[in-house]
Amino acid sequence: MLGLNAKDSRFMLIVVALTLLTPFILNPFPADSALAQFNAGYPALMQRFAIYGLMAIGFNILFGLTGYLSFGHAAFLGVGSYASVWMFKLLSMNVIPALIAATLVSGVFALAIGYVSLRRSGIYFSILTLAFAEMCYRLAYSVLTPITNGETGLQITLSDPRILDGAPTGSSLPTPGFFGLKMNAAHTIDIAGWSFTFSVGYYFCAVIALIGFYLSLRIFRSPFGMMLRAVKSNQQRMNYTGLNSRPYTLAAFVISGMYAGLAGGLLAAMDPLAGAERMQWTASGEVVLMTIVGGVGTLMGPVLGAGFIKYCENIFSKINESVLHSWFSFLPDGIEDVVTWIFARFVGEGWHLTLGVMFMLIVTFLPGGLVEGGKRLAARRKKKGDVDAAKHPAE
Amino acid sequence: MDAIILQLFNGLEKGSAYALIALGLTLIFGTLGVVNFAHGALFMIGAFCAVTLSRIFQISFVTEDPTQTDFLGNPLQVETPYVEKWFGADAGAWMIDYSVPLSILLTIPVMLLVGYVMERGLIKHFYKRPHADQILVTFGLAIVLQEVVRYFYGANPIQTTSPSDYSGTVNIGAMFGMQIFYPVWRLVYFFFSAIVIGGVFAFLQFTTFGMVVRAGMADRETVGLLGIDIDKRFTLMFGIAASVAGLAGVMYAPILSPNYHMGMDFLVLSFVVVVVGGMGSLPGAVAAGFLLGILQSFASLNEVKAIIPGIDQIIIYVVAIVILLTRPRGLLGRRGVMEE
Repeated sequence: MLGLNAKDSRFMLIVVALTLLTPFILNPFPADSALAQFNAGYPALMQRFAIYGLMAIGFNILFGLTGYLSFGHAAFLGVGSYASVWMFKLLSMNVIPALIAATLVSGVFALAIGYVSLRRSGIYFSILTLAFAEMCYRLAYSVLTPITNGETGLQITLSDPRILDGAPTGSSLPTPGFFGLKMNAAHTIDIAGWSFTFSVGYYFCAVIALIGFYLSLRIFRSPFGMMLRAVKSNQQRMNYTGLNSRPYTLAAFVISGMYAGLAGGLLAAMDPLAGAERMQWTASGEVVLMTIVGGVGTLMGPVLGAGFIKYCENIFSKINESVLHSWFSFLPDGIEDVVTWIFARFVGEGWHLTLGVMFMLIVTFLPGGLVEGGKRLAARRKKKGDVDAAKHPAE
Repeated sequence: MDAIILQLFNGLEKGSAYALIALGLTLIFGTLGVVNFAHGALFMIGAFCAVTLSRIFQISFVTEDPTQTDFLGNPLQVETPYVEKWFGADAGAWMIDYSVPLSILLTIPVMLLVGYVMERGLIKHFYKRPHADQILVTFGLAIVLQEVVRYFYGANPIQTTSPSDYSGTVNIGAMFGMQIFYPVWRLVYFFFSAIVIGGVFAFLQFTTFGMVVRAGMADRETVGLLGIDIDKRFTLMFGIAASVAGLAGVMYAPILSPNYHMGMDFLVLSFVVVVVGGMGSLPGAVAAGFLLGILQSFASLNEVKAIIPGIDQIIIYVVAIVILLTRPRGLLGRRGVMEE
């Protein structure tokens, strides 16, 4: 199917099904139950899963396949956001020109930065990309204010020309849409206590993320992907065989930059606002975290990692001490306070601590990330099952 | 002319902070071959040592002072810090006033301990792993340290004062017959960093321990074959590098009110400095620190900004990119360090 072999087709179909059913999967608890705060099926969060998943997929093409650790990918996210907000301002509130502009502009950016940065490898490459991203961030704050609107961030206004849309009507700001489908439109279905939200914005992002996932699957399976893996395993040997690896790594860099730009464009399409802080290097660190947590070089890993981190960021940070008190109220008083205190350090405002600790543990003990962890669990269960079967052959 | 001299001094002060942080970072690169993304966090912990000590000194108890009364005739309640009670009023006030320099005494053992725990507990397991893994795990550690500090001290910057004797400005242009006023504490910072840098170099140059460490930097295996427990010495070097970062932070606290993310802000800069100076080169790190500090100060002159707008924001990165592309080893980089 679509140029994939049977196994990959099955994998792809599962991913498609999971993506389309996300509003159900992420809402396992009835809306009025005590566990409803673990529901993540609201549009703003689901969109983030798809968008950051897309970005992590792109990042994985560079880092997972070629082993080049870029610490500057947030720059492309920011550039994509700015480009698409400018398209909203100048052309039309339709998201298509905005996304095309975001992808192309960030692609050009990535070409320029990658052309220079890829002259060095290893830690030097990381520092170079970091320096470029920091430069973009500083410039977006200071000199480029006419383009980026400095600290305030770039927003759409009523007085924007919007050539294709014509003169603005009404006094409220228009919302981005896809040929008439408004991005913020949502439909809620209530079934016996559960409420599932289906939002246009999420499905739009999800479809684009699926396309991105399909493309990355094809890249992973292609001779080009093979070449990138060869670069990762031993670039020197590649060079000695007379092969110039630069065009390959540059292509990978540009592709991943375009993914990041597209993700930035989608962020702006969901909420037409672009600010410089999206380009800060700690934001680049976030996508690195996502990829590692999920599993570098695996197909599904980055998406899982992105989902996992965004889920924790939004759900863990909502849990405060009073919630914890209600959870542990069955414990004796003194113990309850201690347990609550300990847990409170890791949720709510402290969830970053959880993230840091978890990240360190994963890098140290589980270099393959969540995917590897899942595989190990599966393998252990299988082994145990075999042992059980051997012990009780009759059953 | 005044502006140029002023910027030169500004640059020296900035540069001494950069040089100190980069020096510690390079010590870790050079000895252990580890890329430490948590170095900025060590700098931050140093700065918070100053905050901690000044808070400890200010712990006080409340007494009624019969000599002072409010308008009803009741004695006023006054807070007396314990240090004033224990060491006498004058000495106590002096200690509170000088809490930043005094916290150097606290910083060194704290940072040695932090460095030791970090190296034995975490970094040790990452010598054989790729640099990317080292970057990642120390980045995670930096997040953790940052969050711990935020839990104890809150998210807002904490104002820290320099001793009142050193808090004003001084006319540094007097000897040139000019009026150039400059904050005294920044001069103190410059001299302090010069002492620390000199101390580290002297330690490496003139002690047997330093000689062994330098030999270990050049060829770890051979030194090990000579029967020297090089790992133990490198652990200590990690502690020393952490202390250098901490010292850079503790004296910087009055200049930049410590906040929990200052480590991440300085981290990028310090890496840029190290790369410009040449990875693994101690003199390179110091030279590049001062060079970049001075360049940055001059780039913020209005005359320069008029020619190239925004140059003050990006000069450091531009220099780093140019250096990395033209001289991959940096200004004074040694051959074979981090070059795979």
